[in-house]
Amino acid sequence: MPILDVKNVSMVFGGLRAVDAINLHINKGEIVALIGPNGAGKTTFFNCVTGVYNPTAGDILVQPPEGEQRRINGMKTNKVNELGLARTFQNIRLFNNMSVLENVMIGRHQSLKSGLWSSVIHSKSNREEEERVIHESFELLKKIGLAKYVNDLAKNLPYGAQRRLEIARAMATDPFLLLLDEPAAGMNPQETRELDRMIKWIRDNEDITILLIEHDMSLVMSLSERIYVMDYGKMIAEGSPDEIKQNPAVIKAYLGE
Amino acid sequence: MNWLSELKKSALTALWFMFLTFPIMVMKVSTIGSDNTTVYRWKNMVIVGIGAFFLSFVWRWMLERRDRGQSAKSAESQLKLTAQLSGFINQKHVKRPLLAALLVFVILFPFITSLYQTNIMITALIYVMLGLGLNIVVGYGGLLNLGYAAFYMVGAYTYALMFKYMNSFFIEMGWQSGVMFWIALPLAGVVAAAFGILLALPVLRLRGDYLAIVTLAFAEIMKMLATNLDKITLGPSGIPGIPRPWFFGLRMNPMNATKVIYFIIIIIVVLTIIIVKRLENSRIGRAWEAMREDEIACQSMGIDITKAKLTAFSMGAVWAGFAGVIMAAKTTVVNPNSFTVWESVIILCVVVLGGMGSIAGVIVGALIIILMPEYLRAFSEYRMLIFGIVLVLMMIFRPGGLVRKIRKVHKLEEEDA
Repeated sequence: MPILDVKNVSMVFGGLRAVDAINLHINKGEIVALIGPNGAGKTTFFNCVTGVYNPTAGDILVQPPEGEQRRINGMKTNKVNELGLARTFQNIRLFNNMSVLENVMIGRHQSLKSGLWSSVIHSKSNREEEERVIHESFELLKKIGLAKYVNDLAKNLPYGAQRRLEIARAMATDPFLLLLDEPAAGMNPQETRELDRMIKWIRDNEDITILLIEHDMSLVMSLSERIYVMDYGKMIAEGSPDEIKQNPAVIKAYLGE
Repeated sequence: MNWLSELKKSALTALWFMFLTFPIMVMKVSTIGSDNTTVYRWKNMVIVGIGAFFLSFVWRWMLERRDRGQSAKSAESQLKLTAQLSGFINQKHVKRPLLAALLVFVILFPFITSLYQTNIMITALIYVMLGLGLNIVVGYGGLLNLGYAAFYMVGAYTYALMFKYMNSFFIEMGWQSGVMFWIALPLAGVVAAAFGILLALPVLRLRGDYLAIVTLAFAEIMKMLATNLDKITLGPSGIPGIPRPWFFGLRMNPMNATKVIYFIIIIIVVLTIIIVKRLENSRIGRAWEAMREDEIACQSMGIDITKAKLTAFSMGAVWAGFAGVIMAAKTTVVNPNSFTVWESVIILCVVVLGGMGSIAGVIVGALIIILMPEYLRAFSEYRMLIFGIVLVLMMIFRPGGLVRKIRKVHKLEEEDA
């Protein structure tokens, strides 16, 4: 059974059908890419899945590793995240004036228990939890290769590192499905190669399935096992990278008649 | 040559200032006697001209220095200096004697100084509490609240109304009225927090300017209620005769009462600092800061933004509630006119001047804003002028506040890895 099953999802803004009856499914352990020209509705689709928008029609079904399949239409963003879907943003949205470690610690927020009162009295469980979250966050930063920036402010990081920090922060929420919105945007070729390796590493070692939006075709072709193509809100093609390269509808969408 | 244009700019500034200040600095209308005579004091004009000419050089030099990034660098180095200083203070053999000295000073303060001095210190400490409370909402949560005085008022009126309705009961039972202070104190915290939630609920979706306007209106509504519900609150004249706090049967003449209130507020301020510090470094404090930085990203990381906003507003309001009770006990009278928008603005100034999000900054800010006008009585007429100038200069040259927040540095073993 697919872990994410999207059936006939539409998102209408006034007269604009930004997402038009989209079908998409993702199986566990896949790396799937969603591509399409600018304005095709890819990010809107992401926003529907992560609860930023409530889709006008259709079903978004999620199968968490344990538990039953859930329909997440209109669920609050933070609840979707709790379920195990984490995302990054097209234009980096880090907590700029917080340190790198704190950014990742925010990601751990959901897995922590201590409330107002235990924080105020500094209870033993609270102290242990804080130590644990610092340790876990640091371990994660080491994996992503950001350990040397631990105490730096997020805004002072180099661009590529900021992109990676966003991924680290999303991973800190313990997701089973990671949605990456243009992770390679603005990266130089070397950074893109590192990102390529990192995404594969995350899938292989962290047991996280990945759906990404990307414009960098070389990255898409090398990473993804399946590709979906959107244009004007509609899904125009689906298939392996080789099939997509040959698909006349895709060529038409990108290059015109 | 650059010099010529600089001179020209300064000359123009000087001319402009001479023109602007002409009516107040030069013309003087004498209304004494039957015929109104106007005296022209041309000397003043010359002074203004020369002053503006030279000051404009200083002004431009400072702006240029800032733009060249020297100031940014020096701000960075100042931040480093603050960090080093706090590192130095936090060493055990420095921290303990320093704290001990501070403690001795704080304890001796009401005995070595006059009643008047102790009184202004109490006022300053009330503002420290208010500042720390507002700092939670504005500094951590990033929610601009211009109606903070409303919570201060809620606290004061909690005690005042309790006195008004319960006093006869207390007398009947043979208890002293001052005991009510100790009941009102925690109660006011709870009531203020409830009002905090009451305000937060309708503004959950608002941010920035819109939020500021609604909070401003909220404060005004609360003040109007207190003014017009005269059956309950006795209207604009307020509730008089509020008892001073009971303290083991100590006779509460103004002398004793001031000292007792001083020590009560010292203890509460210390508690406030400890609790705010702990909240800041807790899971909830981090959620507040994340909310300030980016609401959408914050929600996507699994933080319930509704809960974060409600806790920020209510935890901020609690301290205003406490401060209100102490203020009521200190002045023994509560009326709506003590809680105008101006009050909210002063508290906001404390936070902004001190440094948003910085506990030490808020304390310094409160002490400066409240104590400075008291000790500079000679300038009291120019208080608002100086105040305005200081704020404008601050925003231009030190936008982060006087004492900027130092982020906690986490020591991790493999840091050099």
